[in-house]
Amino acid sequence: MTGYLAAVAALARKDLRVELRGRDTLPAMLLFVLATLVVFHFALPADVGDDPAYGLLWVALVFTSLLGLARAWVPEREAGALDGLVLAPTDRSAIWLGKTIASLAFLAAAEVVALPAFVLFFAPLDANALAGVVLASVGICAVGSLVSAMAAASRGREVLLPLIFLPLAIPIVVGGVGSSISEEPAKFLAFLGLYDAVFAILSWAAFEYVVTE
Amino acid sequence: MADAPLVVARGVERRYGARRVLHGLSFEVHRGGALVVTGPNGSGKTTLLRLLVGLAVPSRGTLEVGLDRGRLGFVGHEPLVYRELTALENLDLFGRLYGVPERRERIGMLLERFGLWDARAERVSAFSRGMTQRLALCRALLHEPELLVLDEPHSALDAQGAALLDQELDELAGTSTIVVATHEPDRVDALATSWLALGAA
Repeated sequence: MTGYLAAVAALARKDLRVELRGRDTLPAMLLFVLATLVVFHFALPADVGDDPAYGLLWVALVFTSLLGLARAWVPEREAGALDGLVLAPTDRSAIWLGKTIASLAFLAAAEVVALPAFVLFFAPLDANALAGVVLASVGICAVGSLVSAMAAASRGREVLLPLIFLPLAIPIVVGGVGSSISEEPAKFLAFLGLYDAVFAILSWAAFEYVVTE
Repeated sequence: MADAPLVVARGVERRYGARRVLHGLSFEVHRGGALVVTGPNGSGKTTLLRLLVGLAVPSRGTLEVGLDRGRLGFVGHEPLVYRELTALENLDLFGRLYGVPERRERIGMLLERFGLWDARAERVSAFSRGMTQRLALCRALLHEPELLVLDEPHSALDAQGAALLDQELDELAGTSTIVVATHEPDRVDALATSWLALGAA
């Protein structure tokens, strides 16, 4: 178990280091989420109320995560590095978990910018909404890391990723919006927790089959 | 069974869609032996080596390798490293994944041997093709593999790099098992204990 966790930590640290050097993903995510919220701010009528704005926050977060996930496996594709990881004796699910943790770090960094901007432009966020963001982010990155690995292995990766990921993200949006506006947010938070658990286990178990021909 | 073959292939076939790359391939490789695979472009050399290391599975037939994948070393057409990391960072990552004991000493020794010590802190994206190939060899040898699988390992190497590789292979011969695909059979002639000539697919 220690070896597994050490491998996961090494893989996640590698992704953060690669991003720090290349700065290919995070700046694009930050600019995109800010620009989207600004566009929504000017597009939405002033008297529309808070509820639709919460929906727009989730649209912005899902598409920002999609931007990051589209680039998640680019460093592995560039020089066949994924084959190098697959050949290593560590359990192959460690590759997925490392990528999920790194993707979560990037998304969290985008949210650190996006959430204050949302409060500034639209409406306040309470503890339930923040808990929804945390749980939804875990689900987005767990599913997204698997789906983006599948897409990366195909020729039509740019088309395939949103086609598979967005339908899988619908429950996350439902749970996230529900935790923000419902009078019973606990139900939606529990739903997001269940989604995270089920899809994390499925992704963890399925990754092995995604990375072998 | 001390002389049981390390690699046993029986009727191996590999298809990519309708295209059959390998067909009815059977061979054995014994421990300490060196199999040299030759054949024209498109004959399936790379496919065979990917099957051997487990990066692909046969469409038909069986290919058994009597080792865990952590005991395999592989040099492919691509270096299997990260271009945005330095040589040292790449080897450190793979050393951690393979659980290499005394990792730093081993990495330092390999970088010295393959003439990359002075470039250890440079990103791989700044490396020449030959330097990248030397790094790929360091990565493949890092964990002292029992089975070394090499796909045209001399490509991109200059005379000095190729000589270093020949010297390394000479040292490994007899102790490690080697499978090498090459267009330069003369280079590995002394090493070979068996040959496999693949025809055009």
